[in-house]
Amino acid sequence: MSDSPTAAQAGALHVTGRVWVFGHGLTTDDMYPPDAMKLDIPEAAKQVFYNVRPGWSAQVQPGDIVVAGRNFGLGSSRPVAALFRQLGVAALIAEEFNSLFFRNAVNAGLPAMTVPGATEVFHDGDIAAVDLAAGSWANQTTQISGTVPVLPDLVLEIIAGGGVLARLARQGYLPAELADVLSSPSAAAAGQGSGA
Amino acid sequence: MGMTMIERILARKAGLDAVGVGDTVTVDVDLTVLIDLQFATMWVPPLRIADPDKVAIVMDHAVPAPTIKDAAGGPHARKFAADFGIERFYDVGRHGICHQVIAENGLARPGEVLACTDSHTCAAGAYNTAARGLGPAEVYSILCTGRTWFQVSPTIRYELVGELPAGVGGKDVFLHIANEYGDATNHNLEYGGPGLASIPLHDRRTIATQGAEVSADFSTFAYDDVLAAYFDALGVGAPGVAGFEPAHADPDAAYADVREIDLSALVPYVARPGTVSRNGLPVTAIEARKIDQAFIGSCANGQLDDLRIAAEVLRGKQVAPGVRLIVTPASQQVYRDAMRLGYLQDIADAGAVVTNATCGACFGYHMGVVGPGEVCLTSSTRNFTGRMGSPDAEIYMASPATVAASAIAGHIADAREEAAR
Repeated sequence: MSDSPTAAQAGALHVTGRVWVFGHGLTTDDMYPPDAMKLDIPEAAKQVFYNVRPGWSAQVQPGDIVVAGRNFGLGSSRPVAALFRQLGVAALIAEEFNSLFFRNAVNAGLPAMTVPGATEVFHDGDIAAVDLAAGSWANQTTQISGTVPVLPDLVLEIIAGGGVLARLARQGYLPAELADVLSSPSAAAAGQGSGA
Repeated sequence: MGMTMIERILARKAGLDAVGVGDTVTVDVDLTVLIDLQFATMWVPPLRIADPDKVAIVMDHAVPAPTIKDAAGGPHARKFAADFGIERFYDVGRHGICHQVIAENGLARPGEVLACTDSHTCAAGAYNTAARGLGPAEVYSILCTGRTWFQVSPTIRYELVGELPAGVGGKDVFLHIANEYGDATNHNLEYGGPGLASIPLHDRRTIATQGAEVSADFSTFAYDDVLAAYFDALGVGAPGVAGFEPAHADPDAAYADVREIDLSALVPYVARPGTVSRNGLPVTAIEARKIDQAFIGSCANGQLDDLRIAAEVLRGKQVAPGVRLIVTPASQQVYRDAMRLGYLQDIADAGAVVTNATCGACFGYHMGVVGPGEVCLTSSTRNFTGRMGSPDAEIYMASPATVAASAIAGHIADAREEAAR
C-alpha cells in the first residue's frame, strides 16, 4: 500500500476559514490544563483557552482558524492538536511556533503556518486562506496577502495524509482498517496516548 | 564550515558528511522511550515495531494511578512489553520520571539520538545526546519505523567560564540565563567551555532539562572528563569501545550567537510567576513573598543531589506553620538512595511530605495540586499559569536550596542566610 496521500487529501493543505486571534506566549497549560488530561478528548476540548478566553470553546465553529503570536504552544507534549481538531479548528497560524507544538500539529494532520506579524494582519472574524503547498496566505477580508517559505515535502506529506498515524496504517504498522478512523479529526489527533 | 554538536549527531545519524541550518534530515533513532501516558488513552498495539532492543518503557507521570483512565494504561503497557519482548521495562516499583531513569541506567549515550514523548527529553542533552520531546504520535511512529526527521535549527552556544560558587546550583544558572536572554524558540542550545568542569552532572541535567522552558529544540552539553567518569562508573563503556562516539563541536562551527557566562559571578535566582523568560531576580532582590506550598521534585530537581541539598538545609529545622513542603524523589532509585543516606529522614523530620517517585505536582496532576489564591515556590520545571493546578495560584521558581530555606522561613528566603541562623 502506498504511503503517499491521495490528491483529495492534498486539498487539506489549502484551508479557508474565519479566524480567532490570540496573543503571544500561549502555553500548553493555557490550552490543555492538567485537569483536562483526566478527561476524554471531547470533554477536554471544552477546556481550551479556559482561562485566556473563557467560553471560547463553545463559540468556535468547525472550519475556523486559530491565529496566535510569538512562541505559540510553549510547554508540554500534550497533544493539543487533538483538542483543536475535536473543536473543528481547520488550521493554525502563528507568528512563531514552539517546535514541539508544531510537530504535534503536523503529526495530527492539522495544517500550521508561520506568518510573521499575523496578530496584526488578522482580526477576529476575518476570513483567512492558507495554502501550505504554495506557501501563501491571505486575509480575504482586508485583501492583504503574502508568502512564506514552503515546508519540507516530507512535512507536507504527513499533514496532507491526515497525520502520522494514518500514514503508519497505510504503511502496515497499524491495522489498515483503522486508517480512516485514525485520520478522522477526533481520533487521529488524539494520537497514541497523551503526553505532559 | 564546521558543525555544532547537534549538527554532528544529526549528520552522523542521517548518514551524511555534513548538515547545515535549514536542512531537513531523516535520522536513525538509537533509543525510543515510551511513558505511561502513551498507554492510557486510545492505545492501539502496533502490528510490528522497528527493534525491541531500541525501546524502553518507563511508568512515570501518573503512578501509582490517580485515575481509572491512568490505571487502564498499566495493563496495556505490560502486555505490550510482554508481546514484543521489551526488556527495558521500568514498571511501578522500579520506575521513576523517565529522564531520571534514562540517566541512571545509561540509556542516553553520547553522540546518539534519543526519542521520547515528553517535552523534557532535552534533559538527556546533559549526556551529549541529541534528545528532545516529540509528542505521543511521533514517538509511536518512531517505535514502528525506528526513524524520524528534523529540520536543523540555528545553535546558540553558551561558553561557560569561571567556577560555580558554593550555594549556587544548576537551577540558578538556568534562571539567570532565562532572565538575561529570554526565549530561544526554534534554536538549539549548546553548553561548553572551561567553566563546565565546575558544574556537577546533576546541575547540568537541570540546565539541559529546562531548555524546554525557553522553547529551545535541543540542549546539548560537551563531552568531558566528568561524563567519561560517569559512563565508566555505570559500566556503559568507553568511547569507541562500547560503540558510542561523543559529538564534539568543530572550532569553526557556525553559531547564531555565542554567549559567555561567568559562573563565578552568579547568585541564587528566583523566577516570578508566569514564565522563566526575562522574569527573574536574584534572591537578594526578590520580594519576601509568603508561600503556601513549597515543592522539590521533577526531572529537573528531584535528583539525589537535590534531595541531599534539601536535607542539609532542613536538618534540625521545622517547616513554618501554614506552609506545606512536598518532596518528590525523581525515581525509585533516588528514593531508596535518599532513604539509605538519611536524607528522607531529615526531610520528613522537618515536617515535609515525601511522596513516591512520579512527575506528580510538577504538572498539576496529583500529589500537590495548588488551589486558587495560593502561592507556590517550586523547584520543578515550569511556573506557567495553571501549570500546577489553579490558574489563580502564583508559582515562583527557585533551586532546591532556596525552596527548602523558604519553607522554613515561611516566605521566599536566601538559603545562604538561612544557613547562618
